[in-house]
Parts: sequence; structure tokens; C-alpha cells
Amino acid sequence: MTQLTHLQRLEAESIHILREVAAEAEKPVMLYSVGKDSAVMLHLAKKAFYPSPPPFPLMHVDTTWKFKAMYALREKAAKDAGMELIVHQNPEAKEKGINPFDHGSVHTDMWKTEGLKQALDLHGFDAAFGGARRDEEKSRAKERVFSFRGENHRWDPKSQRPELWNLYNSRKSKNESIRVFPISNWTELDIWQYIHLENIEIVPLYMSEKRPTVMRDGMLLMVDDERFPLKDGEEPEMKSIRFRTLGCYPLTGAVESEATTLPEIIQEMLLTTTSERQGRAIDHDQAASMEKKKQEGYF
Amino acid sequence: MSDPIYKTEELIAEDINAYLDLHQHKSMLRFITCGSVDDGKSTLIGRLLYDSKMIFEDQLESLEYDSKKVGTQGQEIDFALLVDGLAAEREQGITIDVAYRFFATEKRKYIVADTPGHEQYTRNMVTGASTADLAVILIDARKGILTQTRRHSYLAHLIGIKNIVLAVNKMDLIDYNQSQYDQIVSDYAEFAQQIGITGFTPIPLSGLKGDNIASKSDAMPWYDGVSLIDHLDDLQISSDSNQSEDFRMAVQWVNRPNLDFRGFSGQITKGTIAPGDPVRILPSGKTTIVDKIVTMDGDLENAYKGQSVTLTLKDEVDCSRGDVIVAADNPPEVADQFETTIVWMAEDAMLPGRAYQMKIGTQLVSATVQSPKYQINVNSHEQMAAKTLELNNIGVCEISTDKRITFEAYSDNRAMGGFILIDRITNATVAAGMIHFALRRSQNVHWQAIDINREAHAALKNQKPRTLWFTGLSGSGKSTIANLVEKKLHALGKHTYLLDGDNVRHGLNKDLGFTDTDRVENIRRIAEVANLMTDAGLIVLTAFISPFRAERQMARNLLQDGEFIEIHVNTPLKVAEQRDVKGLYKKARSGELKNFTGIDSPYEAPENAEITVDTTTMSAEEAADAIVKHILG
Repeated sequence: MTQLTHLQRLEAESIHILREVAAEAEKPVMLYSVGKDSAVMLHLAKKAFYPSPPPFPLMHVDTTWKFKAMYALREKAAKDAGMELIVHQNPEAKEKGINPFDHGSVHTDMWKTEGLKQALDLHGFDAAFGGARRDEEKSRAKERVFSFRGENHRWDPKSQRPELWNLYNSRKSKNESIRVFPISNWTELDIWQYIHLENIEIVPLYMSEKRPTVMRDGMLLMVDDERFPLKDGEEPEMKSIRFRTLGCYPLTGAVESEATTLPEIIQEMLLTTTSERQGRAIDHDQAASMEKKKQEGYF
Repeated sequence: MSDPIYKTEELIAEDINAYLDLHQHKSMLRFITCGSVDDGKSTLIGRLLYDSKMIFEDQLESLEYDSKKVGTQGQEIDFALLVDGLAAEREQGITIDVAYRFFATEKRKYIVADTPGHEQYTRNMVTGASTADLAVILIDARKGILTQTRRHSYLAHLIGIKNIVLAVNKMDLIDYNQSQYDQIVSDYAEFAQQIGITGFTPIPLSGLKGDNIASKSDAMPWYDGVSLIDHLDDLQISSDSNQSEDFRMAVQWVNRPNLDFRGFSGQITKGTIAPGDPVRILPSGKTTIVDKIVTMDGDLENAYKGQSVTLTLKDEVDCSRGDVIVAADNPPEVADQFETTIVWMAEDAMLPGRAYQMKIGTQLVSATVQSPKYQINVNSHEQMAAKTLELNNIGVCEISTDKRITFEAYSDNRAMGGFILIDRITNATVAAGMIHFALRRSQNVHWQAIDINREAHAALKNQKPRTLWFTGLSGSGKSTIANLVEKKLHALGKHTYLLDGDNVRHGLNKDLGFTDTDRVENIRRIAEVANLMTDAGLIVLTAFISPFRAERQMARNLLQDGEFIEIHVNTPLKVAEQRDVKGLYKKARSGELKNFTGIDSPYEAPENAEITVDTTTMSAEEAADAIVKHILG
């Protein structure tokens, strides 16, 4: 008897999903956010199709407000994988100068939700891989691996298909598309463990370093560039911080930490007691649940 | 939280590398929990997550807050709230089907499929169970074995779960009484045997108090088994690879980065493989030898069940997606007719005779389901007569596929015997199925070898037999044009026969009505008759709306290549409605006539008709001339 470890089983399952989509979809794309989950998903894609490069492009739906370090890794990761990199920035949001400081949830709506729909329509992608996991949040626990979107990318909870065994039904009508989540069954710990084990390159912001910070509304924010408007009396303070999750820098809270290696990060993660998404402002915003955002087309 | 099972905190703090090494070698177990909220299912799952520290402080805070506010346990923590969240979802009108939860012990990572709700229970439980290695059947110790216990057990058994835990919950509420527990276990053993469950593990527990969950409970000294977690941790599961099994891998994708490399990618469903092993490609049956097992981490010396790999082969054999690479000896069967168990999962009932898409492994074929031999009552397990299957019905049905497929009995190999059916129009997954065996009928009922064959019939008539299949909206002009075509052919000395809708319904199909099922059967019989008449050497003309591609495709498949001529009488709805020769559109618009094609029932225009006639630009005469020219020219 030979037994696969849980990470080997997860890896094999994810690769199976990636290949099914590559074989059955007409024009797939991999959404890439430059975060750790995206890094794992991209790594799995490289493995699934080796020695070929993954047979689809990478696409970053950009908000122009990501950390500088993320932009740097984005270019490198695509090049290393031998994949085309598509960057989409919502022209309307750009024109209106939408930003997280002045526009609150409109920022996410326009840059991310609208931007994603635009980019998918523009290129005619019929299947888009995303790095969401079921353990991230209660409402995601029941999300399918293949999530169907109707016209205008709306998610209709009633028309989702049962998923049996490892048989995925990818058939769809003309105006429909699929979001596919190959790492649905991975937990945060699995992701970190796998990054460690496979030596996957991630944005250095996940590791602690002295960085300029400001405390605002209970969140520890990093002053990543000169666009950060300081309020009266605010003075950036150098602190040893790292990020558990990465998004737009003004919306992503850091944690004070001394962890500079992956094992130390994992150690900290296991011993801390705050769940991952708490660092993201989006969830606290008004009463907007993930469920509602999903129905509107947010990933 | 001092339980030894989860006592990893010290190790994490002291030696994170040792902890990582431990975690890295964990195996995985997937299980499903069956039972309703009343049985304490959510409490049990919540307890497992809580005990294994899968809850963070912020979640715990809201749990404590919610427990006091809406919990059912007074000031105590209500674990059920961790997993439920059902009320909010109900308000949002979201169907709750299968939720997946995760926790880990020192030995294993667990994925729990949780299927709440009663309404869609069969569909949801079958879905959740399809990937499970084990089922936990929950029983309320106060109530014993109920109808739903029987249903859950039957479904778990049906889907082939061999490891069953009978969790007799709420022992605290019967004062940990041994004799009551023993009675429940013996009742269950008797029932289990009846439905073919050969073994199960009973455990008395309390999800609420934590008895026999993570460790053995002091409250039940009479219990000599292990705790639930110990049982789960130490179980040998069938997803582990067995060396003696024969190799099977369905090809998902052909890997061709350049002319020098041709690899076949897939996930191994059974057995092991190594370079040098002889393999066979099915269904072609060609044999060759494995050259390399290619992965990004380097070539492998061997690979086994569960792994996703890419194989290169010594010879340049034909092999593509849908083919199955198997051990050269003892290959699986290839067939096109099967006896199966079908679980119907769609709101629209099954249409016997309708062609559905069937996905089995990486094979996608067209499949027709016959009326059920019988339906199974999931509560009493009785066999009942049935004409069709409705949502959540389970039945035994024969199916036939348009191509031969590679398969194994579901009981031997889930991956090669389990399939889904997909509706061609809505693309919905409408059913899950499990193959029992191939029907020998197709092989044994040979065509009577007749000396005067198809070719002989045609030769005597000095014509090429055909079926001219006219399709189009009501009032499009199908009958008019078909009639003209037959007259012209007759005048040219051709032997013809026009199958007319109304005439057929007076005789051959007088037992059929106008339900969807009957419409499909109507077309099936017409297609069969057309096939026999074509075999007899005739040029057959059929004029039916035949709105669905699926049925027209079925007719096409019956005939020889080139014999089926699909003629799309293309008249826009507006024009057909203006003509309204029989006054039917008027009736349909007023609601007097239901399911009228083009009004409240779809018409799927042909995508690749041999002939298309546009009645807005040509007369019926011109159209008929063009058709005659096409088939004789």
C-alpha cells in the first residue's frame, strides 16, 4: 500500500481540474492577483502542463493601488512561467480617479468587480481560474469548483450544478462563463506548507521587515508611496510588520511581527488567533456580505 | 484544550520545523456526515472544528456572542452556530446543498461534506458522498433508528462507501445507558445486513459534551472501542493505492509542446505504473510500452493511484482525450449498452428515449436512457414500477451510447463506472449514474443475416435510398414542400414514401400524447420506421416539426453515413405566424394551446443541415426543385 500525503492529494486534484478546463474550455484565462494563493495556483498550472507552458494567459485585474512589490513580482512570475500577461485597468475608474481613500466601496466595485467583467468580455474568455478557497469564509464553504455565471456575469445560486466524483460539467451556452477554483479544498495552512515545500516565490511583503506605517481605524496600514494622504498629526512610523493577505495597500492591514522566514510565518499563523480575512477592509464595509458581492460578480 | 490528539501547540512553539515535517506527512480522509440538525450533526462538526483549533479568536468571539444571543445552550457555547448560518442563507433564497469543512489532527487532514436540509436530501447526499471515503451516520440515542437513518444508510451504500460509522449521539441524554445503546446497535446490524452493508463501526458519543469525540469518555467505561477521532485517524482507506490492482488512467489532455515530445496527461484512477510497463490504449486496443513518467519535479520511477502525471509512450500510437491507458493484461471492457442505477437530479423529469450527453471519466458521448426497469423507494428499499424518474428519484435503467465506451463496474472502480448525464439544451447536470454491467444483448442479438440486404434492395430499385428529414416551425411549409418533392420523385420513377405526422399518430403512435416524453418517443419510432424503409430501398420523406437537435441527431445516428438528409425549412416565426394556416398560432398566443413550438416551447434550428430552404425568397416549387436536384444530382 502506498499512500499519498494530503498535500499530494490536493496537488493531484488541482492539476486534474486545471487540465479539465484546458481541454474543454474554448478560451480559458488564469486570474492572477499576485497573492500567495495565486502563487500556488500558478505553480500548480506550471506542473499540470509541464513541459508545455500553461496553455492560457495570466490576467491581472489591476486597481493601480497594489503594493509596489506586487507589481514587481507580477512581471517576473509571468515571464518565468512562459505565459502571456494581460493587465486590465478599468478605463472609467482611471478617468474618474477612483481611489480607496475617497471612494470607499466604490473603489472595489469599479476597479475589481467592473474591471473583471470588462476584461473577461473584452477578451472573450469563457473560463477564468481564481484562487478562492472554501475555508476562507463561511459562505464559501458551499461554493462549487466550477461556478457558473450567466449573462453580465451574474452568479445565480439556483442554477449551480451538482459536482459528483471528479466529473465536472463545463458545457455552457454562448453568453455564459465559468469561474473555476482549482484550490477550493486547500486551507491557509496547506497553502503556506506547500509554498515552503515547493519553494514558491511570493511577494516579500509576507515576510517581516521594518516598514513605514500608520495606524488608522484600528488597522495598521503601510505607507507604500506618496499617494497616501496623511491626516493631521499622522506621522509614518517604522515598524517591523508583515501581511497575511495582500490587496490594495490602503485597504490591507498589516500585523506587527518578527517572522522573517516561512517556518516562522507558519508558526505565527498557527499560534495567532485572528482569521485571515480580518486584515481586509472589504468585509467590514457596511453590511455587504461576500454572498452579495459574489452575486454581483466579485470573485 | 489539553486533549493529546490536538496537542500540537507545544511542538509548534518549540520546534516549528519538526511540526512542519509532521504535518507534511499527514494523509487525507474525506467523509460525509448524515443526519439532520435534530441529530446534533452541526454540533458534532462544530465540535470537531473547535477541538482541532480550526476556529480563530475573532470567529470565537462572534460564536460566543451568537451563542448567548440565539444559541440553544444557555450561556454555553453552541457549536452548531459555527457551521449553520442557515437562517441568513434561507433569507437570501440560497439553496444550501453541500458545504465542505476542513480540520486536521496530528495524523490526518479531513474534508467533511456537510449536507443540510431535507428537501433536496437525496441529490445533496449523493453529491457529497461521491467523493467521501467514509460516512458518519448520526442517530439520536433517544430515538433510535428512524426512517431517515435507513435512507442515509441506503444512499451511503448505494454510492459505494465501504466505511460506515454509526454515531449514536446524545448519549448524555440517556444517562450513558449501555443497554439502550446495545439495542440500537443490534437493530442497526439487522437492518444493515438486509441492505448489504457488510460492516460498520458503532460509537456512543455526545457532540455537545465531547464524549468519545477526541478521546475516550469516562462517562462510558463499558464502551471498549475507540473515540471517533481515533477511529478516523487509524482507518485504512480505499483511496490508498493497492499494488495488485491493474493500472488505469483516462487521458485528459495531450501534451505537445513541440514535435519531439508527445505526452498523455491524466490522473491515475487505479494501480501503479513504471517505465517499461506494457500498456493498452482503449477503445482501440493498440498496445505499446511506457517510456517515461514526466513531471516538473523530474521523471518518476513509478507512479500510483491518485497522482496526476504525464506519460510518454515508446510507439507513436493514436491516443487522445477520452481514451484510457490501461495495463496491457486484463483490460477493462468496452461496450455501448449498460444496466445502470440513475439518481435523477433535475426539476424536469427524465425523458426516456431522449439523447443526453454522458460524461464518464474524460469520455463525452451521447446516451439514451430507457424507461426504468424499476424505481427504488429510498425509505423502504422496495422496487416500484415507474415510467420515468423525477427529481430525487433513484431507478435502475438501461442506457445505450452512440459510441462504445471504456468502463468498469462502479463497484470495482468509481472513476470508471460513475457518470453524469447532461441536458443538451440547458447544459444542466441532470443525473448521476453508476454502471452495473454491460448488456450482452447487443452482442448476442445479432442482426439476422439476410441474403437480400440493403444494397440488394437499393440495386433493384435503381436508386440511392435516403431519408429526407424536413424540420421547421409549424406553418413553415414542410408538408407542402415534402409533398411536392415526393410527386417530382415519383414522376421520375423513384420509389418513395412520405411519413406524415397526423397519419402516424392515427396508427403506429396512437398510444402517444403530447407530453415531452411522448414527443420524444414519437420521433424515436418515426426514426426507426424511416430506417427500416430506407433499408428496404425507399426514399423516405418525413415532415415533423422535430424541434430538438437531440432527437434529430438520434435519427441521423440510426442511418448509414450519407443517407440522412436534414432539410431545414427556414421560415421566420413572424412569417409562419402570419400564414397561420391551421389557426394554431392564434390559439397558442391566447394561451389556449400550451407548449407550442416557437411560442412557449423552443425550436432549435439545425446547425449543419444538408439543405436549407428559405421560403421568404423562394416558392415551394423552387424549393422542391432544389431538393430534388440536390439528392439526384
